Amino acid sequence: MNLSFAFIDWNLISSFILKGLIFSVQLTLVAMIGGIALGTALALMRLSGKKWLEIPAAAYVNTLRSIPLVMVILWFFLLIPLLIGHPMGAEVSAMITFTVFEAAYYSEIMRAGIQSVPRGQVAAGYAVGMNYRQCMQLIVLPQAFRNMLPVLLTQTIILFQDTSLVYAVGAYDLLKGFEVAGKNFNRPVEMYLLAAITYFVICFSLSMLVRRLQKKIAIIR
Amino acid sequence: MSWDWQVFFQDTGGGQTYFNWMMSAWGWTLLVSACSLVVALVVGSLMGVLRTTPVKAFVWIGNAWTELFRNIPLLVQIFLWYHVIPSMFKSLQQVPDFIAVVVALGFFTSARIAEQVKAGILALPRGQRYAGLAVGLTLPQTYRYVLLPMAFRIVIPPLTSESMNIVKNSSVAFAVSISELTFFAMQAQEETSRGVEIYLAVTFLYFISAFAVNRVAAFIEKRVRVPGMIGSAK
Repeated sequence: MNLSFAFIDWNLISSFILKGLIFSVQLTLVAMIGGIALGTALALMRLSGKKWLEIPAAAYVNTLRSIPLVMVILWFFLLIPLLIGHPMGAEVSAMITFTVFEAAYYSEIMRAGIQSVPRGQVAAGYAVGMNYRQCMQLIVLPQAFRNMLPVLLTQTIILFQDTSLVYAVGAYDLLKGFEVAGKNFNRPVEMYLLAAITYFVICFSLSMLVRRLQKKIAIIR
Repeated sequence: MSWDWQVFFQDTGGGQTYFNWMMSAWGWTLLVSACSLVVALVVGSLMGVLRTTPVKAFVWIGNAWTELFRNIPLLVQIFLWYHVIPSMFKSLQQVPDFIAVVVALGFFTSARIAEQVKAGILALPRGQRYAGLAVGLTLPQTYRYVLLPMAFRIVIPPLTSESMNIVKNSSVAFAVSISELTFFAMQAQEETSRGVEIYLAVTFLYFISAFAVNRVAAFIEKRVRVPGMIGSAK
């Protein structure tokens, strides 16, 4: 078969693909910000030393980490409408799912980050009269974030790749955009190939940037 | 909401119950995972080794492989093997869907395994390689008898989690209608409208599968332990 890309013009890109790209980026950003916030809270719970906080947080993280993401997406798509009583769009459902799911992974990264801060730092904080909250907010978390920044960003690249799995509930993301365009122009093969190239270019350049950042941070430390 | 576990004894319309269908779906999940794992381990180890050789061209190939398969989403890779490759190479059109998924999942995971294997080899003291070469072993022999036996033991824990990931990632095969657990879950949910029961059962089977992989890996780790090394009990 001969591949032909002649049918691709700006009109196609803007009407099919950009729409999907925008949703994928939105979903990634929402899940990243929400996931890191929730994940940090979970990490703090697990390191709090209080059993009633540790156990639920550990259960949350371990459960979500042992279920395939596609199943989690399906679960939420099924359960949220049952709980709130009316159907919910696949896009909003995906945003909630990814935030909740990624929080489990970000929480493990943040836990490692917090543990990488020397104990003396906490002791020093308490010694100058800070309380737990101040100690975490002003001393531990900023360092944990900086140490873990490359890992958090790498996880975000994985998250961006995983957003393609909203395919399972039919949300309109970047991959879907290519697929719909391929169906409309009867050129599915070219469109899948272009989808792969697009994802590769985005993820590869982002991971190069992360690598550069990692080198910079390594020098500061 | 009330439970209705009877749903599993309903007939699917094809002369079998949903329970039977689910068990065969579980079988497909395990089969896809096992075959992909073999592909991933073989290719991933090879690429990981290439990346640590002194030959520039090999390093380049290994790096390119890793970057290529790590930076494209799994679902897109499955579509590549399923839609794009067969249409570009006519001779591959007869290849069953199952093989396409195994290749896709295997190569996708091989990039991660290559990364682990490389890290494992680099974690060894540099002197080991020199010692191997100094006693007259060729480079392949050095890898076979000196470096890899230690490196593989070091990377068993990360390989365990990759093996568990393969079981989880096999769920993406639903997209090309392989009749595995996730595909079953979606179909059965639609047909019976007893989504909660079906999803619970499927999720539970994923749990068991991942846990079983974890136990097998722990057993292997224990069996191949080198006395006196870090991680060995005695």
